Amino acid sequence: MSTSAILATDLGRTFGKAHAVRDLSIDVPPGEVYGLLGPNGAGKSTTVRIFCSLLMPTAGRALVAGYDVAKRPQEVRLRIGAALQATAIDNLQTGRELLKLQARLYGIAPGPALKRIRELEDLVDIGEAMDKRISTYSGGMRRRLDIATALLHRPQVLFLDEPTTGLDPLSRQQMWDEVRRLNRELGMTILLTTQYLEEADNLADRLGIIADGRLVAEGKPDDLKRTVRDDVIVATVHGDVPGAEPRLRGVRHVDSMKVEGETIVARARDGASVIGPFAIAVQESGLELKSVALRTPTLDDVFLQITGARMEVQES
Amino acid sequence: MTSLASPTGITRPEPFPVDPQLRPRAMGFLRDAISIAGRSIRQLPREPEAVFPALLIPVFFMAVNIGSLQKLTESSLDIDYAAFQLPVGVVFAVTGISRGASLVADLNSGYFDRLLMTPVSRLALLIGTMAADFVLVALMTVPVLCLGFALGVTFPNGVLGFLAFVGISAVWGMVFPGFTYAIAFKTASPPAVASATILFFPFAFLTTTFLPKEQLTGWLSTFATINPVTYILEALRSLLSGDWDASAIGGALIAIVSVGILSISLALMALLGRVSRD
Repeated sequence: MSTSAILATDLGRTFGKAHAVRDLSIDVPPGEVYGLLGPNGAGKSTTVRIFCSLLMPTAGRALVAGYDVAKRPQEVRLRIGAALQATAIDNLQTGRELLKLQARLYGIAPGPALKRIRELEDLVDIGEAMDKRISTYSGGMRRRLDIATALLHRPQVLFLDEPTTGLDPLSRQQMWDEVRRLNRELGMTILLTTQYLEEADNLADRLGIIADGRLVAEGKPDDLKRTVRDDVIVATVHGDVPGAEPRLRGVRHVDSMKVEGETIVARARDGASVIGPFAIAVQESGLELKSVALRTPTLDDVFLQITGARMEVQES
Repeated sequence: MTSLASPTGITRPEPFPVDPQLRPRAMGFLRDAISIAGRSIRQLPREPEAVFPALLIPVFFMAVNIGSLQKLTESSLDIDYAAFQLPVGVVFAVTGISRGASLVADLNSGYFDRLLMTPVSRLALLIGTMAADFVLVALMTVPVLCLGFALGVTFPNGVLGFLAFVGISAVWGMVFPGFTYAIAFKTASPPAVASATILFFPFAFLTTTFLPKEQLTGWLSTFATINPVTYILEALRSLLSGDWDASAIGGALIAIVSVGILSISLALMALLGRVSRD
């Protein structure tokens, strides 16, 4: 038995010749919220499907709640709950029927099941709609019901695959509050995948950054950000930016610079001492300076530093 | 409550104790199949658009067949054509209707994955759905039987004969959609599953649909001999004639078992492919 809630060692999964996940190793202790951050197609969902016993790994090993997902999938299924990317609910049932069926399949007797469903009604927060067909629910209601279904049997480990993709800001905030509450009050181990930097930053105790199926960085969000040693100066300008570029690159202590349309992003170890000379250089090079700001590194900068590309969020 | 220190230095409560009443456990094939069948049966009245046409079409065919051929056949062949057509109407009603489209919807919505993440018996996912089909096809026979009664068809073997008539029809109607489920599990494609209805035509028409077998000629007679529906119709007609014809009923059972072995094997293979995790 492992003391880790989730332990993956050199995990890999291929589809034909394509490597969806390769050499992925993570160790998530009980009670942690672990975030897998990466763009669409990075391998997050495949990793979660392996952990949830829906896919066999083609390399390496994964233990969830102490059991090998390849050899003891049934033991894993009894201990996990998951809300995968697609809202996996059945339009022809009512919310209550969906939860009751879920309880029966987990062998929970009708009495305790009804009590548990009453508890979950607060989370689902859809009032009388519990007895209406799911086809009439809004996106947020469906997502909450999906997660309530995953929680019905009180899993030890909860997997949330992009839990807030497609949700409005209010529903997203409610989801974040719920994830924090489940973790804080119940000590539930939660692995969530996300392509939202803010979500990863806000929710995860630790983060794994995943790109092209590989775990390329891992740590607490603040520690990861500290690995990007440079501060970031962002200037919005108007005028002949390419013409001004050589002059701006020559500003003392600017380590690197990137132009994106009329936005100039410069990096410097000590941003506070460079921002002044940089702003002056912008004006002296004939550009109109609309705004200039100094910010500390974000997870996007971490991602850029490691992979050479920015995270591109795609709403599914 | 004791605490655990994680590698990150975050201190968390130990995983909560699971309420014994909520402790998940596998329920086994039979209870799972009942749960899955119950869900499928609940869906039936909620999809009237999927059920109503299938209820009316066989009644329409039976009425047209009787209306156009009754005089001719009764004068030249000396048969009770309404009783001859009732089994055809029933076979039309029960052949090819299934919960296949609903299964494809589950496969595409992710709900099937949700079921696979529970400890549910994988076999119960197919057999439970097929059990719901039994209820569905038994219901399908009702309008056709009502038309038959209205036209004066009787069951001379009494209640037992009636139950045997509905039972043979419904078991046939339950095993035939194995082909549809095989296509559904293999492709998860709504058009592919819809196209499975094309299987209905050779089974339903290349047989004694309109006339007794001895009246069929050439290739149609040959095809009718190997068509299992011929033997189902023969058994159902024998039950309306007042005899307990063991050879006719035995022939129908052999036909049902043969088709059932083939269709359910294909469905099981496709199910195994779907749940294999490879």
